[in-house]
Amino acid sequence: MTDTVLEVRNLRKAFGAIVASDDVSLDLRRGEVHALIGPNGAGKSTLIAQIAGGLRPDSGCVILGGEDVTACDTAARARRGLARSFQVSALAMDMTVLENAVLGAIGAQRGVWRFLGSALGDTRLVMPARSALARVGLAGEAATRVADLSHGQRRRLEVALALVLQPTCFLLDEPLAGLGADGSAEMTALLAGLKTQAPILLVEHDMDAVFRLADRITVLVYGRIIASGPPDRIRSDGEVRRAYLGDAA
Amino acid sequence: MSLVLLLEQVLNGLQFGVMLFLMAAGLTLIFGVMGLINLAHGALYMVGAFAAATVAGLTGSFILGLGAALAAAAAAGALVEVTVLRRLYARDHLDQVLATFALILIFSEGTRFVFGSFPLFLDVPDWLSGPVTLPLGIEYPRYRLAVIGVGLTVAAGLFWLIAGTRIGVQIRAGEADREMIAALGVDITRLYTLVFALGAALAGLAGALVGAIQSVQVGMGEPVLILAFVVIVIGGIGSIRGAFVGAVLVGLTDTLGRVLLPLAMGPIVGTQSAATLGSALASMGIYILMALVLLVRPTGLFGRV
Amino acid sequence: MRVEILVNAALACGLLAVPLLAHVMGEPFIITLATRAAILALAGVGLNLALGTGGLVSLGHAAFFGLGGYAMGVLAWHAQMFTPMSLFGLELAGTKSMPVIWLVAIVAGAGLSALIGFLSLRSSGVYFIMLTLAFGQMVYYFAISWPAYGGEDGLSIFVRNGFPGLNTLDPIQFFMVTYVALMLVLGGMALLRRSPFGLALAAARQSPARVQAVGVPVFRLRLVAFVISGAVTAFAGALFADLNRFVSPTMLSWHTSGELIVIVVLGGVARLYGPVAGAILLVGLEHILGGVSDYWQVFLGAGLLAVVLFARGGLIGALAGRAVAHD
Repeated sequence: MTDTVLEVRNLRKAFGAIVASDDVSLDLRRGEVHALIGPNGAGKSTLIAQIAGGLRPDSGCVILGGEDVTACDTAARARRGLARSFQVSALAMDMTVLENAVLGAIGAQRGVWRFLGSALGDTRLVMPARSALARVGLAGEAATRVADLSHGQRRRLEVALALVLQPTCFLLDEPLAGLGADGSAEMTALLAGLKTQAPILLVEHDMDAVFRLADRITVLVYGRIIASGPPDRIRSDGEVRRAYLGDAA
Repeated sequence: MSLVLLLEQVLNGLQFGVMLFLMAAGLTLIFGVMGLINLAHGALYMVGAFAAATVAGLTGSFILGLGAALAAAAAAGALVEVTVLRRLYARDHLDQVLATFALILIFSEGTRFVFGSFPLFLDVPDWLSGPVTLPLGIEYPRYRLAVIGVGLTVAAGLFWLIAGTRIGVQIRAGEADREMIAALGVDITRLYTLVFALGAALAGLAGALVGAIQSVQVGMGEPVLILAFVVIVIGGIGSIRGAFVGAVLVGLTDTLGRVLLPLAMGPIVGTQSAATLGSALASMGIYILMALVLLVRPTGLFGRV
Repeated sequence: MRVEILVNAALACGLLAVPLLAHVMGEPFIITLATRAAILALAGVGLNLALGTGGLVSLGHAAFFGLGGYAMGVLAWHAQMFTPMSLFGLELAGTKSMPVIWLVAIVAGAGLSALIGFLSLRSSGVYFIMLTLAFGQMVYYFAISWPAYGGEDGLSIFVRNGFPGLNTLDPIQFFMVTYVALMLVLGGMALLRRSPFGLALAAARQSPARVQAVGVPVFRLRLVAFVISGAVTAFAGALFADLNRFVSPTMLSWHTSGELIVIVVLGGVARLYGPVAGAILLVGLEHILGGVSDYWQVFLGAGLLAVVLFARGGLIGALAGRAVAHD
């Protein structure tokens, strides 16, 4: 029971006639990488939004660390330990890498209501920020404006910002999006090292990364879960192959 | 307050609402299709009024004056769109607010330079003056009735344009997805200029029609502009239907509020303070209405969420 | 970045030197102009926190400016007429003491901006802009139709209010009061911008989703910024009314709101000293161009247009180049 860090029960979300989430239940256990895959239009983004807090489900609940957070907004869930990364990088573009990371530290330490001391001069904020940046290999880019970063560097910054929150679980939305072969390999290695820190609910399209990282895979098609289990079972599941992987997998 | 007087005020509110609709429709189209906040819309209203007053004064024909209003406002609008506004579509709202604010200054002072600070007069033509006897014995000015008629006709025409014509389809598509219609081969540049000119013409028409009821002077467009903004916020930005419903709501609330609130206050605070308090509340009335609507529906009545 | 500090220093020194020089040369009108610039700069500094740092385009900040002005007007009027106010059944005497008036103005400004902010900040983008505009108009029309304090004609205060230990009727002394106020607030703003609060606010302008995702409540963050912003602008309003010994609904009009935005943008939006540069520019242009033509606002409009289209960083942007990240 205490092994389950994040749980989603019977989530249902409809937009008019379109049922984006149809009775979806899944959980995330300590120490694992649980990958969520599915074709485009399967409702993954809607599901992520309901878990992260931007979208309220029509019914069902989201339970984080044993607490029902369905009524909580994104910031409240982040404060309770849920760290997410965005599919389309959400970063303060005019600020430096370090400033973005310090922002994360400010959030993590509930320190935003400090009006006088310098944020960048506060070691309590800067140390964890730099440490998170070092973990993702961006230590050298601390003074670079985010707008001047490459796409791959921004994706890594997204992960750093999740790291700096010292979360109880990660919700990563297509961290490999837009990365080439090298970038993908780097990111996969980075994510592999992450799960010792906290379990990861990973939404991804890159099947190489998914099969390399995942302890469990759940497949979402047209808002419904059609299969869930260890990678080998999923890889050979007939329905999954038809719906998503194609018979070549 | 007798029923007849009340009904007259309702008609006044309707007339006010219909004029607000002309302003609001243009504003909401421009924002819906081009994403542009146009603070200078009041200036186009003023241009229409001045053009009408000038031409009607010269030729003695009200109809020619109206035609001049449409033409002048549309031309001014097209000119402004091509020279200035075109560069602002990609900019953020702050830049748009500032640039259109700058345009207000230029238009207002420019008009004052040409016409002076004294108001011009636009006379209601003989064939539209005098009262009309309506059912229930209400005597209502023929001109105001005509204004209501024109407004409703234009509204119907706009609905038909948006719903039933090719341009309308392009407009609706443009509101939904700007980049897509460009990719589909629609000439965006021409469409935008057209939409802007249309909105401007509507504003100019409103200015000309109201100019005969009130006077034609510099700055006449500004109170109306603010109200038009309130209308499109209430109705939902980008929605013509919302602009119509919002405009009628605002027109009625404002007109009836000004008449009824002082009366309602009487028994409560005594007649002395009633007039002041009532009038103060009436001025604030539509803003309170707007705040209430937004509390319940943050994107307006018919706005897209 | 260093260039910007030099520019800021030059502006601060220039704003001080000119009236001092004018005092020595016996030109009180110049001192009045400088005072006007300092006060408008202060109003702009208030707005800049919400607009520049926070990215909140408030088209209704005149509401706070005017409220501060009326705080001064009402209190001073009751004092000069020797008639107390009755407020909620209490009889309160007015006052002509600046510190008290400022306190009332700041508290009132904070209160009104808390209310307006609470109602408006739930909406974003265009809706927010329109809401601030509309609320500003509400306050404006209220002031016009409330005859007790002059209505459309406004309130005249016979004698400038007093500050302990100073002769505020002396132009240079009143200027020093406003200058010191401006510098102190600028100092506070500099600290605020560097603080965690300031960093988060600036980040929220660029990516509200990111700020939410790290656990910082964006609505509350912006509301606090809006309240501080309104309070500072109200303070400036009280000073402005004192300068002119007059307050009228014009201080609440949306034109005034527009002017405040112009001041911030002309100088350089989001720059610490942007409003100072902008206010000096505006007052200077008003004075110089106003002397040339009655229709000088056309040139102001044209100039503003040019700045928006071609020189987005305002004066400080043009002088100091792109803003580097916080130091």
